[in-house]
Amino acid sequence: MSEVDPPRESEIDPPREKVSLYELAWTFNHIALASFGGGLSAWSREVLVVEKQWMGEAEFLSAMTMCRILPGANQVNMAVFAGSKIRGLPGALAALFGLCLLPVVLIMVAGFFYFRFKEMPAVKGVLHGASAGAVALTLAMVIQTGRKCLTAMVPVLLFAAAFILNGLLRWPLPVVLAILAPISLFWAWPRERAV
Amino acid sequence: MTTYLQLAGLFASLSLLSIGGGNAVLPEMHLQVVRGHHWMTDSQFADIFSISQTAPGPSILIVTLVGYGAGLRVGGVPGAILGGVIATVAMIVPAASLMYAVTLFWHKAQKSKWRIAVERGFAPLTVGLIIATSLVMSRAADHDWRAYLLTAICTAIFVFTKTNPLIVVFAAGVLGYFGIV
Repeated sequence: MSEVDPPRESEIDPPREKVSLYELAWTFNHIALASFGGGLSAWSREVLVVEKQWMGEAEFLSAMTMCRILPGANQVNMAVFAGSKIRGLPGALAALFGLCLLPVVLIMVAGFFYFRFKEMPAVKGVLHGASAGAVALTLAMVIQTGRKCLTAMVPVLLFAAAFILNGLLRWPLPVVLAILAPISLFWAWPRERAV
Repeated sequence: MTTYLQLAGLFASLSLLSIGGGNAVLPEMHLQVVRGHHWMTDSQFADIFSISQTAPGPSILIVTLVGYGAGLRVGGVPGAILGGVIATVAMIVPAASLMYAVTLFWHKAQKSKWRIAVERGFAPLTVGLIIATSLVMSRAADHDWRAYLLTAICTAIFVFTKTNPLIVVFAAGVLGYFGIV
């Protein structure tokens, strides 16, 4: 992991002009729709960092990590983070609303057609094939993030334990986390270099 | 009525457990939705997973479809829409509130040992939970060796190229349409 100096409080500039709630909602709506087929995180970076310059690169990355480790979908959390940074609680709500409203409507329309026509063999065939692609998208994410964090014995063991307990043995998630989370934190806790 | 309360309760708790994103709780969601509440079958769950992965927006919107499917059984299409909205709100609000609270404190915690330990320690756990998701979804969709092969090929495409995932998933769907997988 690279050492990025965290910005000091004074360096976190507030955005120059006040961003309207409407613009926040619209921007997140734009991010959500651009991500048709996945890649929402990549689109968030493109829009928030490059286009709008609402946050810096390092800030985006550390926010992304936080979004990943806290419960909730990464993109939803990022909307809350960016929205509240720019306009406080109303901003967070506007960003959330923008991110979710249209996708929820669209997926309900898809659901309507699915539940009406799901018994048609053609629909079953298409979705069976598509599910292989959808699983691949998840696997690709595992490979891309795994390359960065599975670099030593302990993380590989933690990774394997999480996979075996939750995926193969199907233990409930709370139990798996109750066992593995304390071990992970203990392993990752920063210590003085004694050795 | 009970169905809606069950939806709200289930997703509000899954919301706070969804560490590493919605995909991490899919195995648990599958267990509750298919085996616990019998709201849908294995293959339906796999189908709505594919739909939600391809559709735009946050990946957790699979819960909208679970709510839709559960509501459809008790109240037709209006009931389905209500179920979808309840499930979505229940899945988003608890985690988003926590995120908001943490955001307020995050900048003050730049050098906190907790922050460093959490960032470093939870990464491998999250990756393990997500790969568990892949396995559970392959099994739910009743994949055979041809589907596994297709998954392997698609994974390679995603990792080594910058192809729009929509195109790849669409192509996989076309193969399915012709009965090749």
